Amino acid sequence: MTAVLLPERTTRFPFPFAADSYRYSTNVEPARRVAATEAGTWGAGVLDVDGEYATELALRREVLAADPTRCQQLPHMRVAAWDALTTLLPELAATLPGVTALRVRGDRWSWRNDLTATSTSFTVGDDDSLPGGPLALLGSQIQEDVVLLDQREGSLWADAGLVTFAADWSMGFDVGMRFLEVHGPVPRVHEAGVVQRAEQFLMRLQPGQEYRRTNWTMTVDRRLDTSTETYPVWARDRRLVVDDPALPDRLHLRVEVQHLIRLGVSNAVCFLIRTYLLSLRELAAVPAWRRRLGVVLAELPEDVAEYKGLSRFRGAAVDWLRAAD
Amino acid sequence: MTAVLPAPAATGAGEQARLVLEVSAVADAAPGIRTLTLRRPGGGLLPGHPPGSHLVLDCGGRRNAYSLTGDGMPAAEYRISVLLCPDGAGGSAAVHRWRAGDRVTATGPRSAFAPVSTARHAVLVAGGIGITPLLSHARAAVRWGRSFELLYGHRPGAGAHLAELHALCGDRLGVHEDTAELLARIGSVLADRPLGTHVHVCGPAPLIAFVEDTAGALGWPADRVHAERFSAADLDPGEPFVARLARSGLRVPVPAGTSLLAALEAAGVAVPSMCRQGVCGECRLPVTAGRPLHRDLYLAEPERAAGDAVMACVSRCADDELELDL
Ligand code: HEM
Ligand code: FES
Repeated sequence: MTAVLLPERTTRFPFPFAADSYRYSTNVEPARRVAATEAGTWGAGVLDVDGEYATELALRREVLAADPTRCQQLPHMRVAAWDALTTLLPELAATLPGVTALRVRGDRWSWRNDLTATSTSFTVGDDDSLPGGPLALLGSQIQEDVVLLDQREGSLWADAGLVTFAADWSMGFDVGMRFLEVHGPVPRVHEAGVVQRAEQFLMRLQPGQEYRRTNWTMTVDRRLDTSTETYPVWARDRRLVVDDPALPDRLHLRVEVQHLIRLGVSNAVCFLIRTYLLSLRELAAVPAWRRRLGVVLAELPEDVAEYKGLSRFRGAAVDWLRAAD
Repeated sequence: MTAVLPAPAATGAGEQARLVLEVSAVADAAPGIRTLTLRRPGGGLLPGHPPGSHLVLDCGGRRNAYSLTGDGMPAAEYRISVLLCPDGAGGSAAVHRWRAGDRVTATGPRSAFAPVSTARHAVLVAGGIGITPLLSHARAAVRWGRSFELLYGHRPGAGAHLAELHALCGDRLGVHEDTAELLARIGSVLADRPLGTHVHVCGPAPLIAFVEDTAGALGWPADRVHAERFSAADLDPGEPFVARLARSGLRVPVPAGTSLLAALEAAGVAVPSMCRQGVCGECRLPVTAGRPLHRDLYLAEPERAAGDAVMACVSRCADDELELDL
């Protein structure tokens, strides 16, 4: 038993490692099951609102204002975008009772959110009734990034999305690609059949089915916007952090909880990406996490470490994590 | 459109929830065709679905799939139209006996006949009771402003939903009581619709074959031609077998419709699992005797052939006993 009171960021952190070594797999499981960690729990709902809500939504607004290409929608994704909004607003209303209000009269919807000072009405399916469109409204209300995949010709296609917190990829670059192409740069997964299996699984999801998985990397500072577009801004920190005495405070484990939901009306797959950051120092407050991350990082194959962008600092991170043993 | 599926399959974790529904209205849509309205007993919205989806209803010991005829938006009611099959084999007789107030159980909605979002135009072709999924397509196309036309052939006097269809489609509807006339019309439509048109057909097998053959002969790519064929989207419940645990000597019966994983868990044997869908690889168990019946997406071909491992969440046994190294 630890008597230390851990902060919310730690108790709700989805620590992703179940073993001392990490390999890619088709790691999907049913959504909405509370997962227990050494420090707390996560995963009760499909959407997660936490203490970073206001900060992250403000950041998303800034990123979008500076670069509108983070929001993409091919013309045939109109129904899917409405479907995502009308599926997830009720979900958010249930997640934030008291501070939100949703009223539905047929196709006429009214939405109020006191936390974001939003008050709006629109007619489902009528694009003129919602300036900016359904995806933009959705993105202004939830911390998750969203990708919508169309299913046709035996494949899934990443044909729409609002992604401001990408871990070294670009929605603007990936829009219109097939699922397998999107995963083109990832090492090992094609030979191992991981993405092929994932696509088969996703294409068989029936209306309303919800699954989730985790993915992880590491990021210098609490920087959520590590898109390909801003690479020049953040990439060099991965080298500079190595000799920085503040490394344990600057280097963060970055975990994505990804939800995979078959939208009913449009038949699109809705992919939600919720990003969590925890510094090595915060993480080390949980001794089991500190030990496990050290072992996993040390053991990680070089091609995977290189792809994730960890190569420069992983030695230094492992040294710090192990120093406490 | 109706199809008979295998008997109940086990619902595993992450499966669609079962729906308990109440018959709220019964009406005759045409001679021998009964339209049922279903709602939640306590009221409330039912899940939305892509046009062309079906509901799998438990009817008198069978599970039948019936197309939902609505536009797919979440709504308080589902509607199905069921043709009474005179031989009574398909459970339609049971459905025709249902009255307002009866409770029924169902799974779904399940989608296997959805429209194609990139289509420039859709030609919908229905024969007889095959109108039901295409009524759903037409409604959704009207709602979302998609270009379509509907060709509907039925026996004289046996057309269902005609008034609704006329009101909904206007001059986009062509109704034919004469088969030769219907086929001629299909032929001429398929011959001159723009590139990027998709055709969706539901009805008797010869009609489906005619549409496929005609489209093929006119050079339509196969992926522009969609036929409603109820595939057993659910996993077959499989034959019962016994799992023998070589180390502990335990014998665990695995009934039809229960997965090996669920049976082992119920017997107190802990097996790691994650997806319970045969994709993640967590529940792999070593096999020492008996032939595994592989139904997963995880094992590679040589591993399947070797027969020394089984994915407990979906796979079964081709013999009466499967011996596991547990
Ligand atoms: C079961 C479903 C999925 C599995 C198993 C899976 C697996 C993976 C894996 C292993 C990686 C490498 C991650 C890393 O090391 O940091 C990856 C990256 C990625 N995934 Fe997925 N993924 C899934 C679903 C999706 C979906 C639905 C999308 C939506 C478009 C998506 C988009 C991406 C992107 C954009 C990347 C980064 C690729 C790059 O480097 O450009 N994934 N995925
Ligand atoms: S639990 Fe995932 S393959 Fe069986």
